Amino acid sequence: MEKKKSKHEFRGNTLPALVTVGPVTLLLLGLVLAPLIFVLVMSFCSTDEFYNVVYRFTAENYSKLVSPDYMKIYGQSLLIAFLTTVVCILLGYPFSYIIARTKNKKKKLLYMLVIIPFWTNSLIRIYGWRTFLGNSGWLNSLLLKLQIVSEPVDFLYKTGTTVLGMVYCLIPFMILPLYTAIEKLDGSLLEASGDLGARPIRTLFEIIIPLTSSGIFSGSIMVFIPCLGYFFVSNILGGGNTDMIGNLIERQFKSANNWPLGAALSIILILVTLILVKAYQKAGGDMDSLGL
Amino acid sequence: MGKIVEIEGVNKIYGSNHVVRNLDITVDEGEFLTLLGSSGCGKTTTLRMIAGFEEPTTGTIKVEGEPIEEKEPFERNVNTVFQSYALFPHKTIFDNIAYGLKMKKVPKTEIKERVLEMMEMVQLSGFEHRYPSQLSGGQKQRVAIARALINRPRVLLLDEPLGALDLKLRKQMQLELKRLQKKLNITFIYVTHDQEEALTMSDRIAVMHDGVIDQLATPTDIYEHPATRFVATFIGETNIYDGCVTSISDGVATVTLENGAVKVGCDDSFSILEYATVSVRPEKMRFSKTPIEGFELVAVVKDYIYVGSVLKCIVSLPNGNELKIERLAGQELPKIGSKIYPYWNPEDAVLIHNDSYKIFKALDEIRLA
Amino acid sequence: MKRVKKEKRKRRVSVLFCTLMYLFLFMPISVVVANSFNATKSKPYLSWKGFTFDWYIKLWDNTSLLQAFGNTMIIAVVSTLLATIIGTLGAVGIYRYKFKGKGLINGLLYIPVVIPEIVIGIALLTIFSKVNIPRGMLTLILAHVSFCVPFVIFNVRARLSGYDNSIEEASMDLGANRLVTFFEITLPVLAPGIAGGALLAFTLSIDDVIISYFVNGQTKTYPLKVMESIKSGVSPDVNALSTLILIGTVVLVALTQSGILSGGHKKPE
Repeated sequence: MEKKKSKHEFRGNTLPALVTVGPVTLLLLGLVLAPLIFVLVMSFCSTDEFYNVVYRFTAENYSKLVSPDYMKIYGQSLLIAFLTTVVCILLGYPFSYIIARTKNKKKKLLYMLVIIPFWTNSLIRIYGWRTFLGNSGWLNSLLLKLQIVSEPVDFLYKTGTTVLGMVYCLIPFMILPLYTAIEKLDGSLLEASGDLGARPIRTLFEIIIPLTSSGIFSGSIMVFIPCLGYFFVSNILGGGNTDMIGNLIERQFKSANNWPLGAALSIILILVTLILVKAYQKAGGDMDSLGL
Repeated sequence: MGKIVEIEGVNKIYGSNHVVRNLDITVDEGEFLTLLGSSGCGKTTTLRMIAGFEEPTTGTIKVEGEPIEEKEPFERNVNTVFQSYALFPHKTIFDNIAYGLKMKKVPKTEIKERVLEMMEMVQLSGFEHRYPSQLSGGQKQRVAIARALINRPRVLLLDEPLGALDLKLRKQMQLELKRLQKKLNITFIYVTHDQEEALTMSDRIAVMHDGVIDQLATPTDIYEHPATRFVATFIGETNIYDGCVTSISDGVATVTLENGAVKVGCDDSFSILEYATVSVRPEKMRFSKTPIEGFELVAVVKDYIYVGSVLKCIVSLPNGNELKIERLAGQELPKIGSKIYPYWNPEDAVLIHNDSYKIFKALDEIRLA
Repeated sequence: MKRVKKEKRKRRVSVLFCTLMYLFLFMPISVVVANSFNATKSKPYLSWKGFTFDWYIKLWDNTSLLQAFGNTMIIAVVSTLLATIIGTLGAVGIYRYKFKGKGLINGLLYIPVVIPEIVIGIALLTIFSKVNIPRGMLTLILAHVSFCVPFVIFNVRARLSGYDNSIEEASMDLGANRLVTFFEITLPVLAPGIAGGALLAFTLSIDDVIISYFVNGQTKTYPLKVMESIKSGVSPDVNALSTLILIGTVVLVALTQSGILSGGHKKPE
């Protein structure tokens, strides 16, 4: 049977496909894939005495990565990211639950009130915390005035302070997926559970948490991974005492000028990300709920 | 009546999937033609080729004598009522219905007049400012029909338009559609898998099966003289047996079945020793307590099923096959377990060529050659 | 009676918890807003010296800060526009067409979303320096477009998943050609998704610190200016600008929200 060549191409989709998908493809290849591949290449290079990158293969950078000093920082990064995630879940879950289960028009307002703070620049908000917690900050002034303490308390430059800042920056990424998951929860299931004799606390662990676990998973991914890279939080609130892997990378590119070493450190971050995302997918997580 | 749509030798192939095979249909002006078949038989594809959403792989489609393959969907003087209604969610009912006229750049005052008139015709007056999401299924259906009809197309294509409605509403809409079609005198090409719907509404029905038209005829013809085994079983209930023609005289063939010989009316296309299929509608079946000449079937009454105005009698033949016989309720009936002799008026039964027989014959010829 | 009491106690606990959470969320912002009215003149501008509007006036003399803010706005507007166009087209194309490498494109889309921003930042820095693109406005815009596009695509795609293709066919069936159909049907139906994506892209771009920090060269954006000033203590005029921005965004969003609620069409099912 001879195929006809038709004048118009109703389903002939080469041109429309090219017009629609072409730009985004170029963008992703040029500004996402190529740079990342280049980082991988660079992580196997070295520098000369003028800090220029020398393109000759060496695994030297990777051998530097296992030094005890660095190991300590990796440990610290994971600890801070872990604590941040846990605190975000503990605070974010009940909070999202209350908002999502609010019945009337107030719900939308409550939801907007969560988002509004994040329209102010994140640096300046973190700096707000520093102003609040510093030695001559508001909290200490208040405590001194009330004579609760006789000397200013050192709130800053501690692991806890960095965790606080991280939680503050990242908690919306926990609240939003949790809110979505909890809102989808069918109220009649809770009634059914109660009807079948479960006390509220049993209902929480048997019904509510399992059914909203997708929100917990995607929220955790969205908190844990960026936390490793938020160098400015530990810069401002940790003052060098709570360095994380992000700070190490930043320093290689901005002050120490050892780009290949910084690239190798970034590869670690990429690997951690890949492992966590794979684990997330294994656990049945949906990539699309990782957006915003 | 003139021809309005001519489909000639149309084939549609997707990759290795031959969806429509050598299709030839001529639709007359003002006709209500139904494409009937189960899902995947190619009926919707055929409709979409007429609308212009799909292109025939080969063959031509003419509307009003003109080939239309080169025309875009928006250049064709046909309109479609979609199965999903496809109402524009962001436009009001008024704007939905006005859309086609707006595209034709009809003056605003005329658009308003015609839309309101059309809305009255489909009993939707007062719904102008609503959005599709605020309507019930039946109302959406009316909007979809109004939106297509307002353009006064030469041909209206309807793709299972009533599929999503419940039974009662569907019956009501069937009558309404038929009334609209007669009133506006527009050619309808209607796709459905519901044989009852097809029988109720159509002037002619094309029964499609595996991309081929098995039979194209009036509802009565389709029901009373099915051309293929598929048509006989797809439309209505029937008792069907395969057998061999053993003799023919005066337009009546004697066919020997597994359970004995029967008599069936036939035409000249049948020959002795041909394999053929006998189809008898349950309401044409009779039975007697004594043997009837020419019929060798013997059966045992198994069960009675009461379905409103009629009573269905299930009888079983010696080989285990079951027959359905319909009786008007209230008649005297033999007891369950008693022996009866089924028969029928030879003219009431249909003899159908058996395709598998043709294959055997072809194989024989190959073997001989 | 016991049940009612229990319910009441539960309610009180939730209200208390929520209040504390909102306090936590708004605490640093109130510090920022309060400090913008702080009459202190000495670095690091921490102790409270009385109320003044001076900083809102002095703000207009701080040309470098205003210029940085201008840069941020230009970058945000341009990259939002580009990201919205590229993202909308991309989402429609990926949804509708089959092509080689679709899986790769889909996978790459998630990278800017999940990988720490610092990695994207240094990756862009290395490639820009390798191919010798001078760091500045251009690299900032390129970087912002690249991390905004996936968010636009996800938003539009969410809208597309409930999209019935046959409405486009219906439009053409009723006499509209492809272009008219795109503007009459496709675009308006996808509009909420596109608008949501654009809004998200805009806020991401305005707030971005980490990626901009690596690819900016000599061009300063507002967040980078803030970063710079943190070392010596953020002066209250920065707080004043932040306060103005906050008010601006809240007003803008309130307007669009109410606009969508009153003027917009009802959502399809």
